[in-house]
Amino acid sequence: MTVIGLYHPGTSVLHRIPAGWKLVGMLLAIIVVVLLSTPWQLLVASAVLAVGFAIARIPPRVVWDQLWPMRWIVALIAIFQVIFASPERAVMVCGSLLLTVAIAALVTLTTRVTQMLDVCQTLLRPLCRFGVDPDRAGLVLALTIRCIPLLVDIVRAVSEARKARGAGFSLRAMAAPAVVRALRSADAMGDALIARGVDD
Amino acid sequence: MAEIVFTGVGHRFGERVVLDRIDLTLAERRIGIVGANGSGKSTLARMINGLVSPTTGTVTLDGLDTTAKGRDVRRRVGFVFTDPDSQIVMPTVAEDVAFSLRRSGLGKPEIADRVGASLRRFGLAEHADHPTHLLSGGQKQLLALAAVLITEPDVVVADEPTTLLDLRNARMVNNLLAGLPQQVVLVTHHFDLLAGFDRVVVLNGGRVAADGPPAAAVDAYTGLLT
Repeated sequence: MTVIGLYHPGTSVLHRIPAGWKLVGMLLAIIVVVLLSTPWQLLVASAVLAVGFAIARIPPRVVWDQLWPMRWIVALIAIFQVIFASPERAVMVCGSLLLTVAIAALVTLTTRVTQMLDVCQTLLRPLCRFGVDPDRAGLVLALTIRCIPLLVDIVRAVSEARKARGAGFSLRAMAAPAVVRALRSADAMGDALIARGVDD
Repeated sequence: MAEIVFTGVGHRFGERVVLDRIDLTLAERRIGIVGANGSGKSTLARMINGLVSPTTGTVTLDGLDTTAKGRDVRRRVGFVFTDPDSQIVMPTVAEDVAFSLRRSGLGKPEIADRVGASLRRFGLAEHADHPTHLLSGGQKQLLALAAVLITEPDVVVADEPTTLLDLRNARMVNNLLAGLPQQVVLVTHHFDLLAGFDRVVVLNGGRVAADGPPAAAVDAYTGLLT
């Protein structure tokens, strides 16, 4: 299951703060996390963030789902850091990485995609004179988020078809049909966008 | 009712002739289009809102050429696709319905009101903030319908909207389509859906094989298959 794009409905303060401010806050919080230098500070920052999740009334399970997909990369980095730097360094690097993702998750979980798109469009407005169409850029972002679960479904279907035919794993046997299906879906989605009056 | 006129319409994909010399004037309230796979019925349906332009001939909606005036035509024609997954473009349910109104010039509260009313009508109100990809197949098609109907089109074209649905959801979508005040052009394989229709066009090999009241047209179609 993909968790991206999962807005967690609610009415907390964090849900009601305008998306633009949340993005600014996220940026500041990430800068702070990067500047942390001792595990103690990391612990304090984690506690503050935990309070944030509590205010937004986001169940621990949902937070866990956001971080769990990072397990391999975090493990890999930790091993490297222990070997080439020090265990303390490993804790700092992995801790701040997890915190950064958790901060971003807190923003994502409390902000509707539409609100985020509105902010992006406002930010892109000055680029109008260079030929950037903010509406279209916003739409591309929305479609990207929407297409991730679609792609996951396609890959799953192709993989099941391969298993049903008793074929072994082969990158080509996976990639070719997945790409073909993805392109076909893209065509269909293009038709639907035209039918829904996107360019009108 | 809008008048959809096909005049000498032909269409080919490369060498393959998909539609050939189609002349039709569709002005009835309920119109069915049936035919075997590859008979050209989907292409015909897509010409009504200018998604496909005929290679020869013209298609007009109340005199508006669907190719040259595609923008104006699409404002009046809502299109429901077979696979709702390709029709849903936003990550959450309410956002997808609101997407249809983004160029409507309405204010945000007004859009929110209309979206809320539409979701209630289609039984999706409790899913307003849910990710669209977690809906069931039937709910996705209901969402697609809601997103089409919120713009209040004059004509609804539906290309096999129930093919991917189970019986219960198919019935629900059909009942909704049947109850619409709008003109409906329905492409389908399910004859039982055509019972109350005013007119059924049977396509075969890109040509009109039969055209008339449902019973006669369905007999003609069954005859073609045997």
